[in-house]
This record gives sequence, C-alpha cells and structure tokens, in this order.
Amino acid sequence: MRFRSTRTAKFSLGALAVVGALVLAGCTDSSAPDPETDPTEESSGMPEVPYADGTTMADLAAAGTIRIGVKTDQPLFGLTNAATGDPEGFDVEMGKIIADQLGIDEANIEWVNTVSSNREPFLQTDQVDIVIATYTINDARKLLVGFAGPYYIAGQDILVAAGNPEGITGPEWFSENPDKTICTQTGSTSITNIGEYTSNILASGSYADCLEPIRNGQAVAVTTDNVILSGLAYANEGEFELLNAPFTEEPYGIGVPLEDTELRSWINDVLDAAFTSGEWARAWEDTVGVVIDLPDSTPTVDRY
Amino acid sequence: MTAVLDNLDILVSGFLLTLALLAIAGVGALVLGSIVAGLRVSPIAPLRAIAVGYTEIFRNTPLTLVLLGSAFVLPFLGVRFPGLSPQQFYFVLAAIGLTLYTAPFIAEAIRSGINSIPVGQAEAARSIGLDFGQTLTLVILPQAVRVVVPPIINVLIALTKNTSVAGGFFVVEMFASGRLLIERTAQAVPVLLAVAVLYLVVTVTLGLIASFVEKKVAVLR
Repeated sequence: MRFRSTRTAKFSLGALAVVGALVLAGCTDSSAPDPETDPTEESSGMPEVPYADGTTMADLAAAGTIRIGVKTDQPLFGLTNAATGDPEGFDVEMGKIIADQLGIDEANIEWVNTVSSNREPFLQTDQVDIVIATYTINDARKLLVGFAGPYYIAGQDILVAAGNPEGITGPEWFSENPDKTICTQTGSTSITNIGEYTSNILASGSYADCLEPIRNGQAVAVTTDNVILSGLAYANEGEFELLNAPFTEEPYGIGVPLEDTELRSWINDVLDAAFTSGEWARAWEDTVGVVIDLPDSTPTVDRY
Repeated sequence: MTAVLDNLDILVSGFLLTLALLAIAGVGALVLGSIVAGLRVSPIAPLRAIAVGYTEIFRNTPLTLVLLGSAFVLPFLGVRFPGLSPQQFYFVLAAIGLTLYTAPFIAEAIRSGINSIPVGQAEAARSIGLDFGQTLTLVILPQAVRVVVPPIINVLIALTKNTSVAGGFFVVEMFASGRLLIERTAQAVPVLLAVAVLYLVVTVTLGLIASFVEKKVAVLR
C-alpha cells in the first residue's frame, strides 16, 4: 500500500491515525508527540502525512529520530554553536521543519557533521537519512543521490567594503572599470564566472584570503557564492557588505538516498507547505536574513 | 591532452611567472646568501650574531608561513609599491618571501664551502697584507665556489618547486594556472602531467647547468 500526495483528505486522515499509532508504539520516551498535539495536525497549511508502512517516513516516525547531515562550519547555514554544541543555521532550520512533520522532537534529531566531499558517501552507506548541507543540485550528483527541493537558489554575488565606497553595482561594473581588481579563489567556478566580465582578477588560495587585499586596497571586492560571502560578512560584522545581486543560479537541494522516490516527493510536499505557510521565510529571517535579503519569491521544487 | 593544448596560453603564462619568480628570488637569494655567509665568517661578533639569527629564523620557518607573512603582514604594516598593479604587487611580495626563505640555505652552502678551504689559505693571505674583505673575495671565495656549485644548484632546484607555494598567495604561477585549468576542463590528470613536465624542464636544465659549471671550474689537484 502506498499513499501519494494527491490522496483525498479522508485517506490522509486515516494515514495520520496510523502514523500516530506508530509513533506511540515506537516511542517509549515520554516526550514523544501524541496524536492530539501532533504539530502536523495543528498547522493548517501543512500537508497531512500521507505515508504508510514500509516507507522511510513511517520508519523514521516510528523510530522517533532522524539522522540529518549538516555542515558545522558554514556560518548562517550550518554552524556549530560553540556554547551549546548544537548546529545552527538555515539548513538546520529546514531539518527541524522536516523532523517536525514526522513528529520528531527537535531534541531527538541526530545532527551528523557533513563536509562537502562526504555528502554522497554518507547517503550511499546509510550514515545519514537526509543531507541538508549547502548541497547544489546538478546532473552529475543526481546519478548518485536523489534531491528534494530546491529550498534555496544560491548564486554568485559580490562582497564589498561596508558602505560600498566604490559604488559597485554588479559584475558588469567591473567590465566598465577594468582598472579595478576583484578577488576570488583560484581554480574555482567563481573565477571562471567572473572571468567573463573582467580579466583584472586577483587569484587567492581561499575566499577568506581575499579580505586582506580589500582591507589594504589592492582589491575592491571578493566574489563567490552568496552563501560563502554571507559567512565572511557575518564573521567580520560591520566591515563588509553583500551586494545582494546574485548573477548565477545554484539550486540547493536536500539529499536523499538515490532510490527513495517516496521520501523525496514527501520532502517536496513539506517544502511546498513551508513556502506557503511562511515557515520557510521565518526560518530565513531567523538565520541568513541578517546578511542576505529574503528572496523575492520562494523557490519552485523540481519533481524530476 | 586537448585540455592542455587548447589552454596552452594559460599554462605558458604560469610557466613564465614561475621562471620570473625563480630568476628574481634566485638572484636575490644568491646575493643575500653571500652577504649572510660573509657576515657569518666575519671577525665581528655582532655581525655573526645577526647572520646566525636570520639564518635560524628563516631556515626553520615553514615556507607557507614566510609567504603568508610577506603577502599579508607586510601590506598590513603599510608596505606599498606605487605604480604596480595588485597582481604585480603580490608578485613582488612573493619574490621577497622566497628570497628571504632561500637565502639562508645559500648562505649555509657557501659557508660550508668557505670552511672547506684550509685555514692556511686565509693565513697566507693575511700574511701578505690582505684585509678580511680581500682575503674573502680574492682568495677564499674563488676556491669555495668550486665546492659549493652542487649544493647551490640543489637549493635552486628546491626553490623552483617552492615557487608553487606562491600560487596560494595571489600569484598565478604554474601550479595555480594548473588548478585554473583543472577547474575549466575537469581533466586533472593531463593538466597535472603537463605541469609536472614543465617543472622538470626547469629543474633538469638546472641540473645540466650544474654539471657544466662544475666541469668549467674544476681544478686538477
């Protein structure tokens, strides 16, 4: 038996009861949500939980815990709070929304430290259930893992000194001012992208290295993904600012095991609901919002 | 291989920057290293102390740290070269860092050469009235040079490879342009092979120069 997202309310309510029972049966923990106060029932904008026996969702809800791979070193998206030891950021908030839908308490989420190079291996070897780690959706990766989302469209942007003393407007500004130098990391996609606008590029060993040439006047800006730039701006508060004018598109998705179409499509439902209910925007404002403006429109999930 | 051939201009410009770093830092290190070696054997104790201090500090610091210092700390302290573009500015800083790092190795090679000359040579020079400078430049160094050619070429070969560290500090030399090509073409193996071959061109040439110079200055004893 398999429920799709297009089931009638009657069917879904039935499924909800089943899940509620599963949650109760699976959890000995007194903090386990009971069907009466299940948040999925409270928030009207959320989809009912149309999943059944045998699906990953049912398993996770029954277990009462979920393993989510997040970054622990990316400010504003996934960064371990040194004081509490818990990860914080937009990716982490997305994980909480998904866990919440499964009736899993925030405290019962197992956050798994994930770096870029082990996102696929972690999913393939069942080290994590899902990965939310500034994970760009692309065709090569789609051969290895499944992607729900995108839940955010990142893009290459430009970071300038606070107050934007040069009056930089975007990458085109560097075509018009070829004597002005922009800094980025050598051997990166960013350097190739900005190379289409200017050849006056300072190639550094890392993006963070680019801040010093801006401070000493050798370069006027640094360019790469706005996610990385927002981290740099956040770590040097008040010294730099983001142009907030991305000129490329990097869709960020939630990684799931390759064959798990049900989980993928269910997460897409959760994301859609979070877009509509304003929960997504709230998560944004609470985290990345301090540096990157809330996008004008919510992303459109790609149900491939 | 097309990945390399189609982007040969990028690799060549990196190769030329590597050669330029090698030439400038190499000459700089030879000059500075000779001076430091001279100080090290001088009869004046404070000068010897300066030479020892400099040698031990720079010889024992990782090159990455030395270049970090030249690329980040020098500008922070207000070092500027008016008229240079940012790329040229960081090239000069990298050349300074490589020079400061390499000179102690040259100095130690030269000092070992000086020490290999029997002390009787210096005593004979002094006895005919030559001062310290004359003794060193007219009698000791011309003999020492023959001994130190192989170790100095060793140091220069190491310097050639060390220039790749500058690729992490705003200088798009051969290694950095290799990384750029890998990003563009996604062909890591041919690009890295090409980079390795180009380094070999430089280092093998240095080795050939060494054996040539050695034969030239060889003295039949």
